[in-house]
Amino acid sequence: MNQPILEVKNISKTLGGKLILDDVSLSLNRGELKVLIGPSGGGKSTLLQCIHYLINPDKGDVLLEGRSAAEMGRRNICAFRQEIGMIFQDFNLFDHLNAENNVAVALRKVKGLTKEAALKRARQELERVGLADKATLYPAQLSGGQKQRVSIARALAMDPKVMLLDEPTSALDPELIGEVLNVIVDLSKSGMTMLMATHQIGFARHLTSEIIFMERGGIAEAGPPSVLLAEGSCSRTADFCSKLTELLGKNG
Amino acid sequence: MIDLAYYQEMIPELTRGFWLSVKIIVPSATLGLIIGVLVGAVRGMEYPRFLVKPFNVYVSLVRGPALLVQIFVCYYGLPELAMLVRPFFEAHGLPPVWKILYLSPYAASVLVFSLCSGGYHSEYIRGAILSIKKGQFLAAEALGFTKRQMFWTVVIPQAVRRAWPGCGNEVIYLIKYSSLAFVVSAKELTGASMSLANSTFRFTETFFAAGLYYLFLVTVATWILNRLEKAYAIPGFGRA
Amino acid sequence: MADFSWSTVVYILGGVGMTSVLIISAMLIGLAIGTVMASVQVYGPAWSGRMVSLYVWFFRGVPILVLMFLFHFGLAGLVEEAYLYFFKTRLRIPPLASAITVLGLCSAAYQSQIFRGAMQSIPAGQLKAAKALGMSGPQAVRVIILPQVFRISIPAWSNEYSIMLKDSAIAFVIGVSEIMSRFKAVATTTHRHLLMYILAGALYFILTWIGVKLLAALYNKIRTPGLAETGPSN
Repeated sequence: MNQPILEVKNISKTLGGKLILDDVSLSLNRGELKVLIGPSGGGKSTLLQCIHYLINPDKGDVLLEGRSAAEMGRRNICAFRQEIGMIFQDFNLFDHLNAENNVAVALRKVKGLTKEAALKRARQELERVGLADKATLYPAQLSGGQKQRVSIARALAMDPKVMLLDEPTSALDPELIGEVLNVIVDLSKSGMTMLMATHQIGFARHLTSEIIFMERGGIAEAGPPSVLLAEGSCSRTADFCSKLTELLGKNG
Repeated sequence: MIDLAYYQEMIPELTRGFWLSVKIIVPSATLGLIIGVLVGAVRGMEYPRFLVKPFNVYVSLVRGPALLVQIFVCYYGLPELAMLVRPFFEAHGLPPVWKILYLSPYAASVLVFSLCSGGYHSEYIRGAILSIKKGQFLAAEALGFTKRQMFWTVVIPQAVRRAWPGCGNEVIYLIKYSSLAFVVSAKELTGASMSLANSTFRFTETFFAAGLYYLFLVTVATWILNRLEKAYAIPGFGRA
Repeated sequence: MADFSWSTVVYILGGVGMTSVLIISAMLIGLAIGTVMASVQVYGPAWSGRMVSLYVWFFRGVPILVLMFLFHFGLAGLVEEAYLYFFKTRLRIPPLASAITVLGLCSAAYQSQIFRGAMQSIPAGQLKAAKALGMSGPQAVRVIILPQVFRISIPAWSNEYSIMLKDSAIAFVIGVSEIMSRFKAVATTTHRHLLMYILAGALYFILTWIGVKLLAALYNKIRTPGLAETGPSN
């Protein structure tokens, strides 16, 4: 196997005097989907944001195709971020821009595309997530599932090498989860490298090569779902997932 | 610029003006609040239109034109009105009520400031009353409250709390706009500073010092208003 | 009303022009400084936020009338003396310049607080999302945050306009020939104080109404569909 596309090395982060991340390392190969699970407050969100350098880690480094983020200047960090897509739990669409401009704004302002080129690309991406007919609607006019699909289109338009997804479906009503998961499945099939924090275990176990269980700022265990979730495996992951299933029902 | 002798001359002069300012501000603020609560209540409760309409007109009259215009109307305009009505009173042998239209600078200032801030207060009170959930009125009626009892025990305690930040801001405005009494030659803080500066030609220091006096007033008033707000705060109130 | 001639009307309309120049310049100054101060206060380091708070405290606490006197009779004189010393020629700062400066600096204090509130009402996630797309911090504020802030702020801005319009009357005390001072001049020569001041009040009323209507039309034109009147929801 060749060099991993994304390597996270020994990241630690303290926020408000509390150790949120404690020496976390992981790596992703090209085309791989890994899943982060674990209780809330276990550090999943902070880890994803540290990988993206939206939060600067106190210690450690992130390597994208072998290039170290810690050694980049502030200006290069912006370029680094372009190469990693981020999907947020609560969408974070820009409220004043309609769907196609939400996708196009970074193409124009960050990548320097012309307005026409940016909008053309934006419409392609919206079509890819099944929202071609919603391009001129504003965020407040879209359902939660549609908003999340716009935010995926927005990230994809930047041609990211890796996508980080922070519980992309947990702010959605149950009946809207499916449409977003379908988009993620398509992405995964098209060979996108992804790291996703989620509680959708039933969905994740069939797609993922590795489940990473995070607890109290560290990786408690990691392994392929076939091992961690095997009948009678007694792993913490299996224990946690069975509790989730009890709470949320089979598809939870 | 540091000239101790001048400061010795300036501070007593400004302090005298400061106290006159306080004498304008405190009654105006008190009267204004009373007017505001009463007018706001009439405009916020569901009274018949013909009763509410005149108060709406009053509020737009004090909110529309510049405060300076209102002061000029009261100080220079009302005496003209007095001259107009005087022959009528004298011809009918009525007591000379028209004389009250000749206002002293002090009276004109307090009158205008009370009416003006009362209009603004009433907007906040009205808004606050309208934001109270109507179910509470029903509940009060179901418990057998009369309309008056309901007003004083259910509506006002909530309305004043909700309106307090807005009303507090209004008091701060009043403190600053009290300086406009200067234009009708009241010898309050700004007037005192002006006559001092005019005789000494030390405009910068004098008005800077006057500014500090006002800052002091505003800061103290803000502190008191916040203390009152905290003292009467109800846990969780006003967040819904 | 023989003394009420067309030349009086033209004279008063000149005052409307003067008042317009005064408040439009002041509000634009306030817009520029207020935007910067709000951005610094919300997104900048703590010490710069405290500097802005101090500025706001000063300009919200000192009456405009006192500031006008301080700037026009005090500081403007110092500037003129310094100019004479350095450039050996006389500079005369006109009252209008002092009035614009004072109203502009006051408006900046108020507008900064309007914009600050608007910025804080925009979900923090949007700034993160913009950075995630590769924008730098200042770029994200400029491209994503400010357009929303200005839109949300229009109702508060129209309020600020009507306050500004009324405060601009204070400029007459330092000799700016705006609406108030012209009405006062007419009142003094015609001895019709009551009538003139009522007319002045009516004129302010009309100007407020026109401005508020224009801003409301602007707001309806550029507001984002689906967003509540009060601001964005997520």
